[in-house]
Amino acid sequence: MEFFKNSNIDFLGKKWYFLAFSLFFSVAGLVSMGHRWASTGEPVPLGVDFRGGTLVYVKYSHTPDPAAVHSEIERLGLKNARVQRYGESGNNEVLISLDIQETSEQALDKGKTQIIDALEGAGSSAHGGKQDLNNASSLTLARYLLEHDPLHLGVDANARYTAIGQSIVDYRDKTKGGVLSSLDELRGTVDPAVTASLQDGFYLSDFGVRNVEIVGPQVGQQLRKQAILATLYSLAGMLIYLALRFEWIYGVAAVLTVFHDTLITVGAFSLLDREISLTVIAAILTLIGYSNNDTIVVFDRIRENIKLLRRENLADIVNKSINQTLSRTILTAGLTFLTVLALFLFGGEVLRGFSLALVIGILIGTYSSIAIAAPILVAYQEWRTGRGQRPIAMPVRTGVGPNQVKGSAQPKEKVKA
Amino acid sequence: MNKNLAWKLVVIVAILLLFVGGILGIPKDWSGAGLLASMKSQIHLGLDLRGGTHLILQVQVNDAVNVDSDNAMARLKEDMRTRKIGYADITKPDVANRPDLIVVKGIPPDKRGDFQSIVSDRLPEYETTSGAENSWTVSMKPQNLADLKNRAVAQAIETIRNRIDLLGVSEPVIQEHGLGQYQILVQLPGVDDPARVKDIMQSTAMLEIKQSLGGPYPSEQAALQDKGGVLPPDAMLLSGRNPRAAQGDEGEAWYLISRASAITGRDLRGAEPGRSADTNQPRVNFVLTGEGGRKFYNFTSQHVGDSLAVVLDNKVMEVATIREPIKDQGEISGGFTEESAKDLALTLRSGALPAGIKYLEERTVGPSLGADSIRDGVRAAIIGMVAVLFFMLFYYHWAGVNADVALLLNLVILLGFMGFFGAVLTLPGIAGVILTVGMGVDSNVLIFERIREELRNGKTPSSAVEQGFGHAWITIVDTHVTTIVSAAILFIFGTGPVKGFATTLVFGLAANLFTAVFVSRVIFDWVLSRKQRGEALSI
Repeated sequence: MEFFKNSNIDFLGKKWYFLAFSLFFSVAGLVSMGHRWASTGEPVPLGVDFRGGTLVYVKYSHTPDPAAVHSEIERLGLKNARVQRYGESGNNEVLISLDIQETSEQALDKGKTQIIDALEGAGSSAHGGKQDLNNASSLTLARYLLEHDPLHLGVDANARYTAIGQSIVDYRDKTKGGVLSSLDELRGTVDPAVTASLQDGFYLSDFGVRNVEIVGPQVGQQLRKQAILATLYSLAGMLIYLALRFEWIYGVAAVLTVFHDTLITVGAFSLLDREISLTVIAAILTLIGYSNNDTIVVFDRIRENIKLLRRENLADIVNKSINQTLSRTILTAGLTFLTVLALFLFGGEVLRGFSLALVIGILIGTYSSIAIAAPILVAYQEWRTGRGQRPIAMPVRTGVGPNQVKGSAQPKEKVKA
Repeated sequence: MNKNLAWKLVVIVAILLLFVGGILGIPKDWSGAGLLASMKSQIHLGLDLRGGTHLILQVQVNDAVNVDSDNAMARLKEDMRTRKIGYADITKPDVANRPDLIVVKGIPPDKRGDFQSIVSDRLPEYETTSGAENSWTVSMKPQNLADLKNRAVAQAIETIRNRIDLLGVSEPVIQEHGLGQYQILVQLPGVDDPARVKDIMQSTAMLEIKQSLGGPYPSEQAALQDKGGVLPPDAMLLSGRNPRAAQGDEGEAWYLISRASAITGRDLRGAEPGRSADTNQPRVNFVLTGEGGRKFYNFTSQHVGDSLAVVLDNKVMEVATIREPIKDQGEISGGFTEESAKDLALTLRSGALPAGIKYLEERTVGPSLGADSIRDGVRAAIIGMVAVLFFMLFYYHWAGVNADVALLLNLVILLGFMGFFGAVLTLPGIAGVILTVGMGVDSNVLIFERIREELRNGKTPSSAVEQGFGHAWITIVDTHVTTIVSAAILFIFGTGPVKGFATTLVFGLAANLFTAVFVSRVIFDWVLSRKQRGEALSI
């Protein structure tokens, strides 16, 4: 079974449609980013990695009410808190975020402690000074058990109680998702004497803290700088490698293509109001690599065909090359897309932004090799012939100047078996 | 089949076994649970999969510089007194931004040479320049200043490492972070409540014993009034507990304490929690080093009848009168609980932090989230992989089996690499594995499409296979090199989880170069060797 057996589509002829399509999405993205910049000062929604601030992810034992949580927190004086549902609805998870103003470097975790205090509410004092079992560490549990010794282990109790504390915490976190609703749930895990003892010293709140991220302003700025540097170095590396392996115009075409891909992907994030975090930047760098790969495959075929079909003009050669590689391009795109789609649908909320960037990036990256990179090559050559200069894109040369021809020397990439 | 082919197959099987070894290590028992446990010890999980705390701290290097320049100032004053060089004023004008800067005013012009020789002989790390109206600036030489700051960071790393070791956190990561910002990265797996750890790490535990010149006073103003409204230049005001306050009362008192220290934390050899013999309250007993003991003996001999203050982090812990010279032991008591005495002894034992630390970033992943992440990531990986495996079979028929074998071998080699290098698997790393599957299969597609093309052009199966591999090889190298370069940049600039992603990507692509070209070729050759003349290739 084979798709695209002997396709002969005139891709270059459709370049104006492609341009319109790209322009449409680019402009839409730019408009969204511009609007966002004007109203909030940031062109794209930035994650806590770059903006700084405090994020607390909380899981409830019942369906949470974000509005109620928000008013609890506001009552303690945290003005700029945002509370929103997080993840799938069955998970009862809530994300509480504080802006950078509430996250001073003098006491980095002050916002976090304030939020947790607000969530505990009257909690601890209402329960007679007991501690919250749902947010206790295994160390706290072990120390309590050691002090009260419900199993009457005497001297060598330390190791036993540390293990018991750890098993309670493991059960709570790995089996129950972080929140226990009642001490009865511990029945299978620990001795009833232990449970009875815990009841005297601990109560169960209705929430458990799943994840905390606090980024101070200094680090946020550093990470922003690093992300930009990484992207620039990546692009520079690409340009140099391609200029060495092909002609410099191929390098330029590839870089412009990648720019187009990045612009549309970032614009999509702005349009969809999705945050850009560190992992999203990693995804964007990866899709730059992927788009580049795709472009290289087409370029390799173009280079090969230029050697074989010396008499034809570049536009025809390029069309033929795209058609010849079409099968591979669609297949690889399809298969890679399948894998990142699996990631997007089944990979969990933490990777959602990352996989979204890849899903968009793979589609756009494949499209751009055909629709952007190839036409740039041809357009450049036509521009040069139009100006009366020798076309630079053929035949392939390895020398430095534009007028050196390799002649009949064997191509340096001799096939290796 | 011919001998060449047989050898190649042996090599492939050997490599397979080698990398399986990398994944599993040497298991203690061969049951399912034993293998799983063995795998867990080989492949390290990142914080985002295991649960734990990630901290970035900044060492306040100016603190360390201040300590040094305070001592320099004290030595300068002492020497100027012995050489009878009068001066009007000696201060540190800008403690916050230029902690190494000391300004001396009013040196008589005929004592210039003497002053300069004091600095060059007794303060070799400092240099001095003259200013207007007989004033001199003494500042640290730039190289020495940079060295001091870097040493402070290195010492802070050591101290923090000691403290965390004493706490018993398993496999912590403590290392310098970033470039030139005096930052330290601390990763504590399994610590889901960082509050206590942070307190222990942060406490500078700067223990000093200084002479107490006056007090306790009820307030700062009262202390100043007693000295005629002006603070003597060699003394400072510190607060502490009021010893006459009733038990449990938080009353604060102020003391006049000399700036110079009799002994500092460097002179400590050990510290243990204990209980006061008379009041049975928790306290901390400490022991001095040989050199420290000698210094202390000299100091106490000269100051019998005077008051000594034990100062911890610039707060006065207790004041006592020196009744007789003390050799090398002492104790600190005052408001300790059993746990705070234990913690203080721990911090004193691990050495004092040379400077304060400030927290810049804190991330805590609860183990529940870590477990969920592993489950989701592995599930997505399996679904993605099964989809690809099936498709290859469906589209390329028996050649699909070839691609599938290469893919699975790819996975084994990738995980084996990670086991061998002790690389850390993070959640984006699992995504990287999934991505490697997708991008890796690209190599096979390239080769197979080329083979199909050659077959279409009328070549024989074996010739088509050779041409396919030959032409596709260049493209495969090009695409892999560019992506590996991308991943390398990600590794350099990325933080924990992103580094994990870059690692799996690089290992996966490297493995792919091997399987797509060598292993696939060997399998094709083996299939071809068993075919009859003129039989078609299933692809």
